[in-house]
Amino acid sequence: MSVAEVPAGVVAPPLVSTRFFRSELLLIFGRRRNWVGMAVLAAVPVVLAIAVKVTAPPAGSDVGSFIGNITSNGLFVALASLTLEIPLFLPIAVAAIAGDAVAGEANQGTLRYLLSVPVDRTRLLLVKFGAIVVFALICTLLVAAVGTLLGLVLFGGGPVVTLSGSTLPFWSGVGRLVLVCLYVTVCLTGFGAIGMFVSTLTEQPIGATIAVMLLAFASQIMDAIPQLSVIHRYLPTHYWLSFAELMRDPVDAGRLVPGLLSALAYLAIFGSAGWARFSGRDVTS
Amino acid sequence: MSDLAISSRGLTKRFGSGQVAVNAVDLAVPAGSVYGFLGPNGSGKTTSIRLLLGLVRPTAGRHDLLGEPMPQRAARVLPRVGALVEGPAFHPYLSGRDNLRRLDAADRTTDPASERQRVDAALERVGLLAAAGKRYRIFSLGMRQRLAIAAALLRPRELLILDEPTNGLDPQGTREVRQLLTALAADGITVLLSTHLLSEVEQICTHVGVMHLGRLVAQGELATLRAQTAPRVRVLSPEPAAAAKILGDLGLTSVERVGETVTAVIGEAGTAGGTTVPPEKVVAALVHADVPVRGFEVSTSDLEEMFVELTGEGFDVSG
Repeated sequence: MSVAEVPAGVVAPPLVSTRFFRSELLLIFGRRRNWVGMAVLAAVPVVLAIAVKVTAPPAGSDVGSFIGNITSNGLFVALASLTLEIPLFLPIAVAAIAGDAVAGEANQGTLRYLLSVPVDRTRLLLVKFGAIVVFALICTLLVAAVGTLLGLVLFGGGPVVTLSGSTLPFWSGVGRLVLVCLYVTVCLTGFGAIGMFVSTLTEQPIGATIAVMLLAFASQIMDAIPQLSVIHRYLPTHYWLSFAELMRDPVDAGRLVPGLLSALAYLAIFGSAGWARFSGRDVTS
Repeated sequence: MSDLAISSRGLTKRFGSGQVAVNAVDLAVPAGSVYGFLGPNGSGKTTSIRLLLGLVRPTAGRHDLLGEPMPQRAARVLPRVGALVEGPAFHPYLSGRDNLRRLDAADRTTDPASERQRVDAALERVGLLAAAGKRYRIFSLGMRQRLAIAAALLRPRELLILDEPTNGLDPQGTREVRQLLTALAADGITVLLSTHLLSEVEQICTHVGVMHLGRLVAQGELATLRAQTAPRVRVLSPEPAAAAKILGDLGLTSVERVGETVTAVIGEAGTAGGTTVPPEKVVAALVHADVPVRGFEVSTSDLEEMFVELTGEGFDVSG
């Protein structure tokens, strides 16, 4: 036996390889549970659009809100759906994936085999986190796309009346919607970092998921209590609905910055905490 | 390359609970050997294996795999090490093949272009090619075990660390695994085989290490270790009293009589092969004294006896 001899099919490690990342995405998007979750996310714009279409609210009511604007432009089905889903369904979807990230592999015992391949622990976390980001983006885009398509069919397109009352050409409106999706994804990414941190603490993926979901709800409850206004801006969910700023004309970018910074801060803090926890942890599952 | 495929110095693991699972273990697994890693349940075998693979950080001590320090050189060393740790573990809703593909994808040092050949070859080797498309969750225990062995053999290895590889296999499967390991060893691959099936060890191992209460209480070549326990003679005679007297006169020690069977230690521990009294002389003496002999047997100490001697007789799991 000689060490110098390079066995067949073995190569020097490339600088960047996306194979493991793609395998992770296949795992997430190949899982029936996640398909069901995404179907629920996609059902909201469908229910909303049909409900509005059938009941046809009196014109002029609820002006200035997304739901009130639905009948004027199909794009607002997407925006209203995101508004409805961001407090509950989208965080649940992200919590399910993030909570599963490390705890799921530990629970199944596959973690010990991945680490002995070897997969470097930092790399494992990066791949897991990257998959959470992709999942959050896909979920957000899914809601927006289903909402837009169905909205266009039921209510038509055309110029978009912004929340400030001005009118944007249709494709500018679509551009704004894409920016909204990116903003929502960034917010969910910060939240996902918390989820992944919790996932490194336990071998029970469901437990991690529920803990992170409760955190999202608790944060929103506290955000609704005026007496706690001192801490509101530190709550992870506080700036999530600020995406509405993107539908004003002109956009005050300054009002989006706090939300982005908040998400990045949560990402940095809980990303490093997760890394610190996981890189030194004994894997005994 | 170092002559030792695995070497450790004072490897110790104390868990947060205060329990010392592995206590100052100095493993020495020679390259090319088949090393039987023995010990009762709870003696620290699996924790030792987790330490070797870097899954658990040692409280004290260090170890090398294939001559490279761990865990610093894990990225270089572990691709050359195939492992089966504490039973199979795979994604239940992926097929057997997709599970192997995932492990192959996680390995940065394998060529993506030949993934399929590698996976198929590994499946073929454990006789799982036909069932590889089925979801892991419907695999039987034996199939799961085979898949785990396939994962350990997913690419050419220099060292295999196998924790009870035949657990859950039918006799056919056990035999196949034994033959597979023998063939791999013949290719020069070092195998660390953790097991409590002593017959398995007797058939394929060249070296053994015995764990007890977190300590490595014995280690070395199987033949040498065996020689350390004294061989015994067993005489079956209708006149056991007379036979016992002859054995005693010959200088054999620990003469015991049970019914028509008389046993005695024929040499001293550590003198196997050079026993103080040759067995043929015992027979001659018995015949000469007109003691009827119905049966005569020299038993080199069997592994089980040695094992029990080293680890105690109790059935209790080590605490």
